[in-house]
Amino acid sequence: MADGGIGAAITRKEDRRFLAGRGTYTDDINRPGQVYAAIVRSPHAHARVKSVDVSQALAFPGAVAAFTGADMAADGVGGLPCGWGITQIDGSPMAEPPHPVLQAERVRHVGDPIAVVLAETRNGARDAAEKVAVEYEVLDPVIDTARADADGAPRVHDEARNNICFDWQIGDAGPVDAAFAKADKVATLNLINTRMATCAMEPRAAVAEYESGTGHYTLYTSSQNPHVIRLLLGAFVLNIPEHKLRVVSPDVGGGFGSKIFHYAEEAIVTWAAAKVGRPVKWTAERAESFVSDAQGRDHVSKAELAMDGDGRFLALRVSTHANLGAYLSSFAPLVPTYLYATLLAGQYATPAIHATVRAVFTNTVPVDALRGAGRPEATYLIERLVDEAASVAGLDPAEIRRRNLVPPDAFPYQTPVALAYDSGNYAETLDAALKDGDYAGFETRRADAKARGKLRGIGLAAYIEACGAAPSAIAGQLGARAGLYESAEVRFHPTGTVTVFTGSQSQGQGHETTFAQLITERLGVPVENVEVIHGDTDRIPFGMGTYGSRSLAVGGSAIARATDKIVAKGKKIAAHILEASEDDIEFSAGTFSVAGTDRTLSIGEVAGAAYVPHNYPLDELEPGLDESAFYDPANFTFPAGCQLCEVEIDPETGTVEVVDFTAIDDFGRIVNPMIVDGQVHGGIAHGIGQALFENCVYDGASGQLLTGSLNDYCMPRADNLPSFRTDTRETLCPHNPLGVKGCGEAGTIGGAAAVMNAVADALKPLGIGHIDMPASPYHVWQAIHQSRNKTA
Amino acid sequence: MTVSFSMTVNGKPVKGECEDRTLLVQYLREHMGLTGTHVGCDTTQCGCCTVHIDGIPMKSCTMLAVSADGCEVTTIEGLAKDGQLHPMQDAFRENHGLQCGFCTPGMVMSAIGIVDRHRGEKLDEKTVRHELEGNICRCTGYHNIVKAVLAASEVMNKA
Amino acid sequence: MYEFNYRKAASLDEAKDLFSKGEDAKYMSGGMTLLPTLKQRLARPSDVIDLAAVPDMSGIAVTGDTVSIKARTPHAVVAANAEVKKAIPALAKLAGGIGDPMVRNRGTIGGSLANNDPAADYPAAIVGLGATIHTDRRTIAGDDFFQGLFETALEEDELIIQVDFPIPDKAGYMKFPNPASRYCIVGVMVSSKGGNVRVGVTGAGACAFRVKEMEDALKANFAAEAVEKISIPDGDLNSDIHASAEYRAHLVTVMAKRAVAEANG
Repeated sequence: MADGGIGAAITRKEDRRFLAGRGTYTDDINRPGQVYAAIVRSPHAHARVKSVDVSQALAFPGAVAAFTGADMAADGVGGLPCGWGITQIDGSPMAEPPHPVLQAERVRHVGDPIAVVLAETRNGARDAAEKVAVEYEVLDPVIDTARADADGAPRVHDEARNNICFDWQIGDAGPVDAAFAKADKVATLNLINTRMATCAMEPRAAVAEYESGTGHYTLYTSSQNPHVIRLLLGAFVLNIPEHKLRVVSPDVGGGFGSKIFHYAEEAIVTWAAAKVGRPVKWTAERAESFVSDAQGRDHVSKAELAMDGDGRFLALRVSTHANLGAYLSSFAPLVPTYLYATLLAGQYATPAIHATVRAVFTNTVPVDALRGAGRPEATYLIERLVDEAASVAGLDPAEIRRRNLVPPDAFPYQTPVALAYDSGNYAETLDAALKDGDYAGFETRRADAKARGKLRGIGLAAYIEACGAAPSAIAGQLGARAGLYESAEVRFHPTGTVTVFTGSQSQGQGHETTFAQLITERLGVPVENVEVIHGDTDRIPFGMGTYGSRSLAVGGSAIARATDKIVAKGKKIAAHILEASEDDIEFSAGTFSVAGTDRTLSIGEVAGAAYVPHNYPLDELEPGLDESAFYDPANFTFPAGCQLCEVEIDPETGTVEVVDFTAIDDFGRIVNPMIVDGQVHGGIAHGIGQALFENCVYDGASGQLLTGSLNDYCMPRADNLPSFRTDTRETLCPHNPLGVKGCGEAGTIGGAAAVMNAVADALKPLGIGHIDMPASPYHVWQAIHQSRNKTA
Repeated sequence: MTVSFSMTVNGKPVKGECEDRTLLVQYLREHMGLTGTHVGCDTTQCGCCTVHIDGIPMKSCTMLAVSADGCEVTTIEGLAKDGQLHPMQDAFRENHGLQCGFCTPGMVMSAIGIVDRHRGEKLDEKTVRHELEGNICRCTGYHNIVKAVLAASEVMNKA
Repeated sequence: MYEFNYRKAASLDEAKDLFSKGEDAKYMSGGMTLLPTLKQRLARPSDVIDLAAVPDMSGIAVTGDTVSIKARTPHAVVAANAEVKKAIPALAKLAGGIGDPMVRNRGTIGGSLANNDPAADYPAAIVGLGATIHTDRRTIAGDDFFQGLFETALEEDELIIQVDFPIPDKAGYMKFPNPASRYCIVGVMVSSKGGNVRVGVTGAGACAFRVKEMEDALKANFAAEAVEKISIPDGDLNSDIHASAEYRAHLVTVMAKRAVAEANG
């Protein structure tokens, strides 16, 4: 290992500025002459807009301008596009209703934007926005995921009959039905995967400016993928050619999916900046985030597992209703299909699987990817079902898992639901979790808790995820309207320092450190001599951004490819200077040498020669040492692992406390163990958050979001969580140059399932079966109370 | 409609004038360009805006700028001395107690308050977790933040 | 926030004078409830009258049988006060569990009581310890102070000056917090003093109230078992997504039981 290279737990390069308060988040950016935008949003879940009158707002002191959907339509502004199309079971395309930036005719969720008011101050913009008079004809909303497709339900879009966006399936129903027919035992579970608000701590913000002299636009936006925003905003919404539009994502204060998508506010400020000839700034208040950031999950499913007499899985049948909210967010159709149902095999060698997904529109905030995106939904379903199966089969939950795992010698393993798992050793992570979490000693701890009046439970989750969605050609066949590669440029400077330009976009993952470590490892340049640049479409090559735990596997691999090109060119330069044959040049730890001799040249000297080409093979080689690569992976990567959670429940109040949590993960090769550990911690907290605390609750009658602030939407806090026990195992990804898999979502993907299995285990002695998330004190008490009433 | 006031911010005297309704955090960020103090919510929950008022951690989003009249305000920008990070900042870096960095300034200011309240005591994990309840982090799961605070308390108690 | 005029009062008289001159004035103590309300544009006062500069409004005095807390004393000061901890540990505990450390550093007892949020902690102490509230013009018995949802016995311009808590023989406070906001879903203060028992409940109803049946039972036997079978009717209790009235009623019993156990140490 190079000093500071792969495997080194070095501290992060970006931390000094963050710790000193010198980070630059979007709201920290102010442009000369800027005005502030306030968005007028619908207070109703579903209504016809009869009239919008901005005259009083315009008359308000300090107001600069006010615009409505009609104004945008008059300028030919397009709707917000969707980046993934689904082909339905019958071969027809999904329903794809328009998604105007500002609504002029109908509003479809609380928070749906109607108008924008610009003013000289932030407070003034809000004051003036309140003066916009909107006349509504309130309509009945449809809210409930499972009943959105009922006959007679209010219709969200004229284009979607029975509110169905698509009916989709994967796997083969025939073998599944046959397996169920001959099964010895069947486990069945109806479960709800709750809706989550992402709640990145930095609320979204956008600042745009327009230079009339050049026709150039610049948009600063808190985004996970500035090039994707540039493409969607430029090509589909505002018709700005890409060379006239620069999108900058400066420091981003957490994303977790919610900052992947192209939002109305980005289009509004960019368009308005040209209209008024002044920079326009918008920053969400948290209350606005709750009704305008895409939310996540929201499935209602039925799952059935057929087993033989030994508890071996024969077939899995799943049917899911997925709530997409009021409009198609940028990648919404992808999440409950190819990121969800393709993972339903889990870690198990179930020979036959069939899943149907009905995606529905409702009068709620749009739903899209949220940390894990589909994979936590799949894992929750499988892992809860497997525990139920253990119960039905009379087997220990660890034992039934062990019997059904894909064995380590079966890779590559083709699942019945499209994916081909590339590598893994699931028994190893299971065994390690059981050992580190002292599974064998649990009953003693349960008895001890009982003596203290507490119900203790233990829960396993053996998860698998698919990261770094790929390859682009297959994704295109499945409906992707974009590529899924990543880009990198490795630029040596004449004195031997390096700038890396990456298409990946950190929102806290530490790319500035991890990617520098790749350069250290592969080129021998010290970490402190490497700068990583991301987040500016005028500086970086066309990049797809950061989501789906793809940055190291795809973006890192692109950097690796670029370093290979650097080494290849460096060898030619070194061969010339060292007067040797190129074939005899070796490269290691930053030094080119002639094999079998002591003649060497450092990579810094090679860089110097490339930029000051006095002794240089100019007839066959261009000067400079600056290489780019685009990397399009051959397959997903498949991180996997096992989590073991213990909870204690206070039966009098229903309070669930997570008292122990073990996570053993296989992420392939690990570049910075400290950063990986941090990603796992945060992921687990996110999973525990969904299991015990977080839930978006809409009033069924009015469609109001009842959890529209942090006073009601319960974010996990430090005193809600334990410290975590984490460790890793390593099977390398065989198809990317780094052998890496991805770690950003793993904790979340298994977390909720492990906690809820533990909760179910704790409540089992009371005769309580499955309960849905969140296992809040109130919900758990209700379950206990009802079971006591039943037995009383 | 406007108020004027004077305070000390990070050791420097400041004469301020702003709208009556201007919050301290707005004043720091928008009038003084001290953008290290962040706003993560509007209900006094998240703690991203925590600063010290006369040495005591408070939420600058729930305080009028004019209320800081006569006070000494310390923000995250004022912690490092002569280019040396405060031991709490150092501990966050050493223990990977931050990821996206957005909650970090408030978290650090709040954490210093915890150590201050327990001067000379050996802090334990439970106390730290309990007293971090006014600061929300989405990235770290708090594990490394708690480690950082415990580590910093050792250093700060020696100083 | 809507626009308002900020006024800084240098004395009680000036505060009242400014109040009377304002069209719809509001007093501000720590501002920990007022400012969030204003930020959400749920109120639109003409004037905000800051009491921070009024002299002699903050401080704690503990005499033989009384803990006196001046109105602008922050929660953190009450929680950390050694004399309060010794005289009424349950009161220090209650103050130390309000909001979070930063809220406690700024929020004050007077502000909390005057606002009378149904989920605030202090009201449980007022009725559970039998406190007396001194205002700029009179003395109000704690039992008479809370009159409904956000309603108190205070006249519009009346200001709390000090709260006197009689020191009980023993007392205990137990809170079941709202998981999200950390306000009380239910908070119960029980105390016993010379054979008199009080059970003060906050969070469960429109405002703080006493539970006579529990008090009677505890008078006979000040032990956790005495209240564990007593359930209060849930008809008038609060109900929301975090807790139904039925659950709140149940929690009153559980928290009362635990508060008694704590009081008995």
